[in-house]
Amino acid sequence: MSPSKTPKDAKIELAGVSKRFGKKVVLNNLSLSVPKGKSLVVIGGSGSGKSVMLKCVLGLIKPEKGRIDVDGRDVLKISHREREDVLTKFGMLFQNAALFDSLPVWENVAFGLIQGRHMKRSDARDIAISKLGQVGLDADVGGLYPAELSGGMQKRVGLARAIATDPEIIFFDEPTTGLDPIMADVINNLILASVRELGATALSITHDMASARKIADYIAMIYKGEIIWVGPVEDIDRSGNDYVDQFINGRAEGPIQMDVLKP
Amino acid sequence: MNPLAIIGRVVLTALGETGRLSVFTWRGLSHTIRPPFYWRLIAQQMLYIGYFSLPVVALTAFFTGGVLALQIYYGGDQFNTESIVATIVALGITRELGPVLGGLMVAGRAAAAIAAELGTMRVTEQIDALTTLSTNPFKYLVVPRVVAAVLTLPALVFVGDVIGILGGYVVGTQSLDFNSGVYIKNTVDFLELDDITSGLIKSAVFGLIIALMGCYHGFNSKGGAQGVGRATTNAVVTSSILILASNYVMTSLFFSS
Repeated sequence: MSPSKTPKDAKIELAGVSKRFGKKVVLNNLSLSVPKGKSLVVIGGSGSGKSVMLKCVLGLIKPEKGRIDVDGRDVLKISHREREDVLTKFGMLFQNAALFDSLPVWENVAFGLIQGRHMKRSDARDIAISKLGQVGLDADVGGLYPAELSGGMQKRVGLARAIATDPEIIFFDEPTTGLDPIMADVINNLILASVRELGATALSITHDMASARKIADYIAMIYKGEIIWVGPVEDIDRSGNDYVDQFINGRAEGPIQMDVLKP
Repeated sequence: MNPLAIIGRVVLTALGETGRLSVFTWRGLSHTIRPPFYWRLIAQQMLYIGYFSLPVVALTAFFTGGVLALQIYYGGDQFNTESIVATIVALGITRELGPVLGGLMVAGRAAAAIAAELGTMRVTEQIDALTTLSTNPFKYLVVPRVVAAVLTLPALVFVGDVIGILGGYVVGTQSLDFNSGVYIKNTVDFLELDDITSGLIKSAVFGLIIALMGCYHGFNSKGGAQGVGRATTNAVVTSSILILASNYVMTSLFFSS
């Protein structure tokens, strides 16, 4: 199935994106379209290029070739200043939350408002406390430091930070990794609620199929740096793709060979 | 393995590292003159790099001044030591030992701390998070540390100079039975403004080196805890070497005439 199974109205479009580190090809002519206002989840094994793909869109890694359009504008050809403007459209939840450990929780959440939007600290603090409430955290938590929080709470603070500026686009990097199943479901619900409330376009990467099924409108599978299948979440169980079948059913046998040493 | 290939690889690595460091320095310096400026962070870093380094710099300077007085006295016993001890202590401290030892002590303390902090931020994706929050990591992390180090090192070294001379004075008057008034007169008479300013200019350059090396190695660290440890070590080693090398160059320039 080709990437054209997503709607035409793309918020983000990657076309022929390639990236290698030394001799290792991480992204191989990758093309993917993220429809406006929809949630697309990219699944794939470890080392398949998921995180590199996200970082290329954000400008954290520069691909060797290809085109990445955000709202029809090629973000690989813009200046640093223009990129900072484009990034105001984005919110991101990092795999390990990536909270600034030198700042209290409320300032972490308000960071994009204070630094990116130059909002007064007192106003930004009010919004931060409100966003913490949206992810189920009390105002008291705002005064704590990230090191004082559990993993689940850190994820929720990371989510609050990602939605604090009411972004048009939100990226979720392995949002449920390292969480117990109940907390993972709590995070999934919060992601769904946040994305729907904001009407945002969401691009997530995960290898947690329960999470993918819950938060996705569309699912794409990446393998060896290429998108090998993409389609509506309802079609994932009848993809007709052996790689997808093996991955979603978690089978060791199949066309995907893991690089492990045989005993 | 072919020895020529090894030499070639070493040269290429060294050239590559020099190029990366030059680009990093250029980016760091160019951002110092372009807004936005994070004044609160600059003040915070001045506190960390300058104020909190004061005890270690003061102690180093005091004992160095004292030891210098003793060595000049014992080494120059046959001459008129009372007149030269004060002069050489003052010149030695202000021209060389104050800035160099102060720089090395701050390098051990601040360059390591900067590299460890930024290295941890790098491996925990906090630096990437800054970018996604429309904040330039160079402006937010590098510039405040560079500005703070360049401004505070001369102040630190000036205080160190005073304490170093005081160390010589204490040893001279208490252990070597020099006359207090004569010691002070000899210090003031022979010390010129250029001696002090040359040391302060050197210390500003050392501040730049310390902040840049700490930031560069921290910013480019990878590979988890081991990578952060390596970055910290490299920051201290490279900044110390560059301080000593640049001190030689600056001494040649300032005093050759």
